[in-house]
Amino acid sequence: MPGLKQRSIALYNWFEHRLGLGAPAIESAVHPVPASTSSWWYVFGSAATVILVLQVVTGILLGLVYTPSANQAWASLEFLNHSVQLGWFLRALHGWGSDFMIAIVLIHMAQVFFFGAYKFPRELTWIVGVLLLLLTLGMAFTGQVLRFDQDAYWGLGIGASILSRVPYIGQRLVDLMLGGPIIAGPTLTRFFALHVFIIPGLLLAFVGVHLWMVLRLGINEWPMPGRIVTRTAYARDYQDLTHETGIPFVPDAAWKDAIFAAAIMLAIVACALFFGPFGPTGQPDPTIIQTAPKPDFAFLWIYAVLAYLPPALETPVLFIAPTVIILGLLLLPLVAGEGEKHWSRRPVAVLMVAVIAVTLGVFTRLGMYVPWSPVMNAWTSDPIPPAYLHNRTPLERQGAIVFQNKQCRNCHSVGGEGGLRGPALDSIASRMTEDQIIRQVLQGGGNMPAYGNSLNPSETTALVRFLTTLRGNDLAPAIDASRHMAITGRLPGASSDGH
Amino acid sequence: MTPPENDRATDRVQDPHHQQAPAPEAANPHTAGHSRRAFLFKLSLLLNGAVGVVLAVPIVGYLLGPAARKAAASSWVPLGPLSDFPEGQTRLVDFRNPVTTQWDGQTGNIPCWVRRISGNEFQVFAINCAHLGCPVRWFAQSKLFLCPCHGGAYYADGSRASGPPERGLFEYNHKIVAGTLMIKVGKMPNLARQTACAGKPPLTQSPLTQIQGVGTTLAASSENRPECASCQG
Repeated sequence: MPGLKQRSIALYNWFEHRLGLGAPAIESAVHPVPASTSSWWYVFGSAATVILVLQVVTGILLGLVYTPSANQAWASLEFLNHSVQLGWFLRALHGWGSDFMIAIVLIHMAQVFFFGAYKFPRELTWIVGVLLLLLTLGMAFTGQVLRFDQDAYWGLGIGASILSRVPYIGQRLVDLMLGGPIIAGPTLTRFFALHVFIIPGLLLAFVGVHLWMVLRLGINEWPMPGRIVTRTAYARDYQDLTHETGIPFVPDAAWKDAIFAAAIMLAIVACALFFGPFGPTGQPDPTIIQTAPKPDFAFLWIYAVLAYLPPALETPVLFIAPTVIILGLLLLPLVAGEGEKHWSRRPVAVLMVAVIAVTLGVFTRLGMYVPWSPVMNAWTSDPIPPAYLHNRTPLERQGAIVFQNKQCRNCHSVGGEGGLRGPALDSIASRMTEDQIIRQVLQGGGNMPAYGNSLNPSETTALVRFLTTLRGNDLAPAIDASRHMAITGRLPGASSDGH
Repeated sequence: MTPPENDRATDRVQDPHHQQAPAPEAANPHTAGHSRRAFLFKLSLLLNGAVGVVLAVPIVGYLLGPAARKAAASSWVPLGPLSDFPEGQTRLVDFRNPVTTQWDGQTGNIPCWVRRISGNEFQVFAINCAHLGCPVRWFAQSKLFLCPCHGGAYYADGSRASGPPERGLFEYNHKIVAGTLMIKVGKMPNLARQTACAGKPPLTQSPLTQIQGVGTTLAASSENRPECASCQG
């Protein structure tokens, strides 16, 4: 069909004559890049961009139905899940897209750091990238708020409580964040504006700048040990490399980006299909307090850190640590803009990434099973193992009832069931004497409340008698060495036969 | 300046003003006309800057509006007749926040814990944990408030028992009017207003109860008491 082909070319030319965008677009697509950059390690940035497009598209589609009103938002999500054809799938795509985007952005960042790509002349590309990371996390947090359920409501409460700790202007900041005296309609609408207009606008603008700099400065070449970056020689070296080994980005290098992006898209689709949308959990009704609020995956590690910080350190750490981390990330390329790029010559850099990754991983894992939270219903739902009641006196069994009734289970596990906040009590009597147990129960201490006011003497006696029977697999009971010495006048274990 | 504008500038050289000008200036764009236009351009920038300021004032005012509002938003709301609260018990009570919008829905309903110590002695605790604002739950058997988020624990009188909170539960100001328990509420309780009255004696030692019409001494003593750190609203 030569006629059709000619007509198509004529049509293209008609537009190109007026728009003039085709030629520069083709030019940048086929611009030569060093052959070493055609690598499976260089695919994460483009994948993140593709996910961003997915998020914009699915976000707009959800906007067709979603109602940003505190009174209706939750119902509109339920409506999307159950009454709108494929509404659940769109919600699932958007939710899983968000998790994948954060993951890919972090991997992209780690790769760029490993490959020294933030060094001269790409310092600003890195700095803009840090801003893009913050904006991405901002999208994740505001998006979690728009899923206006119990977790969103109490998550806002956590956010407001953190802001209220800012010295002097804390209350003002809380007022600005909530848009009113309490978490309510005006709070949701301002997070809607942030999530739908403000942050996406900034995100798209910064992505444009980021990409422009990648095109303008060239893709970072594969680092080689001993190939030092200097401000004076780098531009010429890179030019020579591109001249010698250059291949057109499209199609010689871009096919890997395209395949990876497609794989990621398929993974998101698969997750959306198999696991479905996130929530919404319970209604955002603050009077329903039977809830254990938890942030989304990306913020679990912060939730965990907040559980472990000593109270006195909490406020300073909350504000100083993020400032230091963000400033450190922003200043990194300005401080270390030259020198070795290869990871084998940058052991500290490798160590840092490893430590950060392990730290985030550990805290996220802890955030998943929240060992610091009391299990609020353990006292009524988890039974005492029958073995712990076998061959026990009536008083000891009475103690087991006290143990259960006074909610000790909420923080202490027995037989592997119960809270993890305090130590498991299966072998408590092998570690503490009766006197120590009495003192601990009545006076508390070591992060345990004192129960002196909520136990009467007979309950205390029964409880302690029960606890003294808990010696694991018949371990020796804990003994008070000083009492032994006072009675016998000898050191424990120093018997007459020398042993 | 883009080339076409340069062309126009040289075209204008043909006009009478420029014919009087000396030859070197005619070739130079820095002519009288140019400097006039540059001046006008700067003037237009200035004008737009002024317009920007005029626009910015109301925009910033609109944005900061929620923060500028006075704390006068708080007011007294009834929690119910005294008979609703058995002595020695702590009960969960919901109230409608005095300031709401029509589209707040259920988010405008706020719970609180009411503890009737004895007679007219009350303590009304905010639902929000003093650590990060999660909803605390009362366990009557162990006489503890427990927070599900990070395990903050408080005793029956709201004082801190263990866990990450730095202080005891937030308390609402309360009074009894015609046999009805009322509390003063407004903003979501948080740590920010704690600093304003730091160092005040903790409320838990002597509850802040105003009994209207009953014995003037008690009422007078509570009126003299400054709103303490714990009291929100």
